[in-house]
Formats: sequence, C-alpha cells, structure tokens
Amino acid sequence: MNTLILRTVAPGLTALMLLFSIFVLLRGHNEPGGGFIGGLIAASALAIYGIAFGVGAVRRAMRFHPMTIAGAGLFMSTISGLVSILFGVPFMTGLWIYPSFLGAEVPLSTVMSFDLGVYLVVLGSIVSIALALEQDSEPEEQAVAPLPSPAELRPEVKKRRDPRRRAKESR
Amino acid sequence: MATAQSVPVDLSAALVLSPPPLGDWLVVAPVVLMIGLGALLMMVRKSVRLHGAIAVAGLAALVVVDAALLWRVSTHGPVTMVMGRWLPPFGIAFTADILGSVMALVSAIVGLAAGFFGLRDIDAAGRRYGFFPFLMLLMAGVSGAFLTGDIFNLYVWFEVLLISSFGLLILGSEPEQIEGAMKYALLNLIGTTLFLIAVGYLYAIFGTLNMADLVGRATLMSERAPLTTLTALFILAFAMKAAAFPVNFWLPASYHTPRIVVSALFGGLLTKVGIYSLLRVAIMLLPVEREQLSIAIAVSAVLTMMVGALGALAQSDTRRLVGYVVIAGIGNMMAGIAIGTPAAVSGAVLYAVHSMVTMTALYLVVGEAARLGGSWSLATLGGLYRRSPWFASASFLLMLAAAGLPPMSGLWPKVALLKAAIDIGAWWLAGAILGSAFILTLALARVLLLAYWRPRPQTRIDAPTAVVAPAADWRIILPLGGLTVLTLGFGLFPEPLLQLAQAAAEGLANPQAYIHSVFPGGAAP
Amino acid sequence: MEVLFAVLIGCFFGAAIYLMLSKHTVRILLGVALLGNGVNLLLFTTGRLVREVPPIIPAGLDTLAPGTANPLPQALILTAIVISFSFFAFLLVLTYRAYQELGTDDSDDMRLAEPRDEPLPPMGY
Repeated sequence: MNTLILRTVAPGLTALMLLFSIFVLLRGHNEPGGGFIGGLIAASALAIYGIAFGVGAVRRAMRFHPMTIAGAGLFMSTISGLVSILFGVPFMTGLWIYPSFLGAEVPLSTVMSFDLGVYLVVLGSIVSIALALEQDSEPEEQAVAPLPSPAELRPEVKKRRDPRRRAKESR
Repeated sequence: MATAQSVPVDLSAALVLSPPPLGDWLVVAPVVLMIGLGALLMMVRKSVRLHGAIAVAGLAALVVVDAALLWRVSTHGPVTMVMGRWLPPFGIAFTADILGSVMALVSAIVGLAAGFFGLRDIDAAGRRYGFFPFLMLLMAGVSGAFLTGDIFNLYVWFEVLLISSFGLLILGSEPEQIEGAMKYALLNLIGTTLFLIAVGYLYAIFGTLNMADLVGRATLMSERAPLTTLTALFILAFAMKAAAFPVNFWLPASYHTPRIVVSALFGGLLTKVGIYSLLRVAIMLLPVEREQLSIAIAVSAVLTMMVGALGALAQSDTRRLVGYVVIAGIGNMMAGIAIGTPAAVSGAVLYAVHSMVTMTALYLVVGEAARLGGSWSLATLGGLYRRSPWFASASFLLMLAAAGLPPMSGLWPKVALLKAAIDIGAWWLAGAILGSAFILTLALARVLLLAYWRPRPQTRIDAPTAVVAPAADWRIILPLGGLTVLTLGFGLFPEPLLQLAQAAAEGLANPQAYIHSVFPGGAAP
Repeated sequence: MEVLFAVLIGCFFGAAIYLMLSKHTVRILLGVALLGNGVNLLLFTTGRLVREVPPIIPAGLDTLAPGTANPLPQALILTAIVISFSFFAFLLVLTYRAYQELGTDDSDDMRLAEPRDEPLPPMGY
C-alpha cells in the first residue's frame, strides 16, 4: 500500500480525521459521539498515516510514545472522578463550571475531562497495537525513511513470506 | 444546557443528597489508587528506575488502605459508595463486606510481596516493557472484583485483570510464553464470555444488576426453573476462571511459562478471584439453586482435588508441580462451596486466604530454588539445604502449609472443611480432602528430598549459572520471609482469622447488613 | 421478533462453536470474535425488543413515554463491544506473533511449553 496517490492524500486526510475526531469527542456529551469513538477515529487517522509513510514517521509525528498518551488519559480520567471528593459528592459525580471567554459562556465539566481521558486512552492503546502489527510487516529501512524508493520495497515482500516458509520447513 | 434551571425533571429522589462520609471513600480508594499509579507509571515509562520505588510504595499504601477498609467494615458493617451520585440500583455501587475486604487485604499483601520480589526478578528490559504498570492494573482489577457491588461491574474488573495478566504473561516474549499466553488467553476469554452470557440472562430475568437488589428479588421469585440453568452457567464460567476440574487445562499449560514473580501473582490471586465470585453468586445470590447443583459441584471438587494432587505427583518441572498444587487447593474451596453450610463456607474463605499467601510463597520458593540450583527440573536440582539452610527451612515450612500439616496455616481450613463434610454425612468428600492432602504431602516431600536433601548431582553440565548465583538480598528475603511468617502466624494463632472467616460466611448467608448498606431506606422500589 | 432473534443468536453461537472446535488458531480467533457478537445480540434481546424511540424524557414529563428503548442493555453492549474489540486486537497480535515464533498455527503442534516426552521425576537417588 505505498502508492503515490495515498502518500499525497494521507497528510491531508490524517489532519482532517484528527480534526473530526475532536469534533466527535466534544459533540459526545449530548449527542451521539464521545471519547471512545473519537479516539478510534484519531487512531485510524494515524494508522492511515502509518500505512503511507511507515511506522517511524508516525512515531515521530506523535512525539510521545502511544502508551505514554494512554497513561496520561487514564490518569486524567481517574483525577476527574476524584475531584468530587472536594465537593462532598460521591465518586465520579459530574461537576460543572461556566466560565465565560470573550462574552461567550463555555460550560466545562469533569465529565468532559473524563471523556477526554477516554479519548487519549483509546488513541494511545489502539495506535500502539496498530503500530506493533505494522512494524512486524515492514523492514527497518522503511520505518526510518518516510519515502522509500521501489528498490527498497522489495525486501519487504521477501520478509513477509518468510514465516510461511519457516512454517513449511518445520512441517 | 448552559444553566441548571433548564432541567425539567425533579431527580432528587434518585440522587445522593447528603455528602458521603469520608470513610466511605475507602471502598473506591484501592481501585483509584492502583489505576492512578498504573497510569502514572505508564506516563513515566522512560525512567524505569523510578518504577520499582513508586510501585512498591503504592502497594504498601494499598495494604494500609485495605487494612483501614477492613477495620471500618468490621466495626461499622458493610460500606457502600455509588458512582456519580445516582442511587442504587441506578448507579453502580461499590460495596465492601467482610469477605470482600479480607480478600482485598490479603491480595494487597501478596501484591506487595510480589512487588518486592519483582525488584530483583525483573530486569531493566522487563521494566521498560511495563511490568510495574501491568502489576498496578492487575491489582486494580483484583481489588475492583473484590469490592464491587454490581455484577456487570464484576465482569468489567474481570476483563481489566485479564488484559493486564496477558501483558504480564508475555513479558519477555519467548516462544514458550507466547504459546502459553495463546492457550491462556483464548480459554479465559471464552470463560468471561460465558460469564457475560450469564449476566445477560440474569438481567433478562430480574431487570437489575445490583447484587443487593438481586438478593431481594431472587427470594421473591416463584419460577425457579430458569434460575437453575442460570446458576449452572455462572458456576461453569467461574469454575473456568478458578481452574476447576473439567475446565482447568489452561492453568498447567501456561502458569509455568512467565517470569516466576508473575506465576506467583497469578497462582496466588487470579484463581481466587474466580472462587470469590463463585461464593458471591452461588452462596449469596442464588443459594437455592446452589443446593440443587451441589452434587455436581462436589463431584467437580473431588475430581479437581485428585487431578491436582496426582498431577503434582507426576511433575518433574517444579513450576508445573506448584501449578497442580494450586489446582488441588481450588478443589478444596469448591468442596466448601458444594457443602454450602456457613461452617463450610467459612472453611472455603479460610482456605482462599491461606492459598493466596501460600501459593505465591511457593512459587517464589521454586524461583529462588531455581536461581540457587540453576534448574527447574527435579532430576538436576540438589544440595539446596547445604547451600542455604535458612532458605531450606522456609521452604520446608511453606511445603507443610501447602500440604495442610500443622503448625502451618493449611491445617485449619482443611479441618473446617472436613468437619463440615462429616457433619452433613458426605464421607466421600471428607475422604477426598484427606486423600488429596496425603498425595500432595508425598509430592512435596519428594521435592524436599530431591532438591534440598539429596547431595548435588555430579553429572551436571549447566553448572556455571548455579555457581555464580549471588547471595540472596533483602528483595528476596523480605517477601519470602514475610509470607512464611504470615502463614506460620495463621497456623499458630488462627483465632482472629477464623472469626473473620465466620463473619464473612455469616454475611453471605444472611446478607441483610449488605442490603441495608446499599439501600439504607429499605429495599429498592 | 424475539423468537427470530433467538434463532439468529443460536446461528451465531453454532458457527462460533464450530469455528472454535478447529485446531487452527486463526479459526479459533474468528470463532471467539463471532461468539462476542452473538453475546452482544443476546444482551440486546434480553432488554426486550421495542420500536426505535430513544429513552429521553420529553419536556414537561416526569417519566419516559411508553415504548421507549431500554438504555441499559445498550450501555452493557457498548462496554462489551469495547472490551471484546480490544481483546480481539490483542489476540490478533498474539496469534501473529505465535505464528512467527512457533512457525505454526496448528494448536496440536504447540507443544513447546508442554513437551510430549516430559520425563517423570526421579524415583530415588
């Protein structure tokens, strides 16, 4: 899956999907959407980027390790649940504040930060699984260089067939 | 929805209005602490040097929190906290009674011992892979399963501990581990799916998932036939988690493959979560149906005991041998559930507590023996007594405990179960308990004889690892010694634990206090 | 309608069990995935099948209008889907790794951890 068309379209598509994932995340409080589905969309955006440019490019673009992102999300969700201890209400009660920015009232809540945590957990864990799956099937050179030449792609074909050959030999 | 006034419905009848006392937060504290720390460790995954210190400190805090919870539960009765202000049965409730908090405390102690041992056993690569974060999440899953008051939530905690156990199982990514993980993962996944099916039927029958609510509705139910099927399904699902006889083959196939500290954690904790759930569902929720199925459970218990004991006798690999000892213990607990009288249930609870501590310690002993002797096989181990008499004495005491001989903790639960079996006239069950203990004694005595007493075999080729094995340090002495002292303490002064186990069994048989804690104003509408 | 769904769930379970009886790990994996979907349908059916009225209390009323869908099974299914999805992803990676490391997807040949000719412990010394 390393065509010119995909490589041209992928950056724009990834950006668009990431934007859409945040829209879905924020929409989720009162309408269909939410952290889980938003995180899945974001993860598939990065997976497309990975298909086009290789695992190394995705890792560089993400700056943080996927599991670090998942950990941060989990931590954020836990803290969101724990905030309610300060207000004398049970664990995970939704708490709202209504600050206004430039005259517009913006409702913020622990529900939203919890959902943002879910978004990050899903994004981190699904991306790390996707990268692990993708990394196995591509040679190291491609993971480093974002745009490999056709000559470099040939070893990939060989390597993919390798396990099957090994299986045959063992039989 | 900018302002609160636009809410058209008066929901005050469904909400918690008075602030919960600070002590109630102890119910969720173990889970929150473990998840929070696990997340923190995932975030600082680069600096693996910090992992060990943070994790052990967190596990020590977990022991303290669980001890405080047990103290509160034993003085004030069961404690409940609901999620998100919604009153049960609408909100998910966390309810701790004596059974749940005792199990949580013992699991925390076992987790702490494993954390200490892991400081030594897990190298930098294993830490970078995420041993300590997975350990935290596993403890979160185990604590959540023991403390939740909602049966679907129990399923969720099962999955949490399952997914973290997968991570721990393949730590190191050796072919044996991947193969073991494959068998473990597929069979356990099928087991939890069975549990989910049972939860679906439970909801279809009762229309609620809160355990306190379920107890109330189950007693009012006149049509019992579907409930028997349902109970059978629950028992099958939990027996699969607990590794009871017809569905136990995943345990000897996988528990010997991971790092020894992971085996110790699994052998100590995971099967006991299955037993706990079985106690909760079969004894508390559906006692009438358990009575009807008791013969089936008893037969499974006898076969589990025998398979475990005979399997232990036939093993040469010490790790697999301990795996079979775990299975034999599960058979004893199942026998307690099959008998079902409060005395038998307290025996099963006592056995679960004893088994958590002893099995973890026994796996650690086997790991330490392999480190000193350079082998997992009884054919090549030897001379361990001469190498380290103190370690040999601790091993001897722990093997006495596992075999159920005095003065160790294994004696009392076996006595309680035997007495309960004889009281209802099930002599064959009593005979099976004794027979299995006898065979286990033979198997463990042979380990002692071959690995410790026998002089070191001379015809060894893989000696170098053994010769350079450094002396044990505090990271090994502390967990092993601590667990040994704990089992010896249970054995010599069983009275406090016996009382707790009796109170736990009483709480399961008459869950009025449990229901009152969830519904302070009477039963649910 | 419930009867139709019961038959459908039965078909799901039957296919899943058939696949799980295979000795190839990929088929077992597919069977587990199918089983998960069957269970989700089962959960959906246990909440009673009704017309598609969302469970939202209309303005000015205190209770739900009659005939609304039951939201609880949907929440349960959502949780179960999330969990089974992540398990499926993990198991896919594991199966792939097992195939790479062990060179086989035949569960009969996976005897590395449980060798066939394991010796019995010594009878004495």
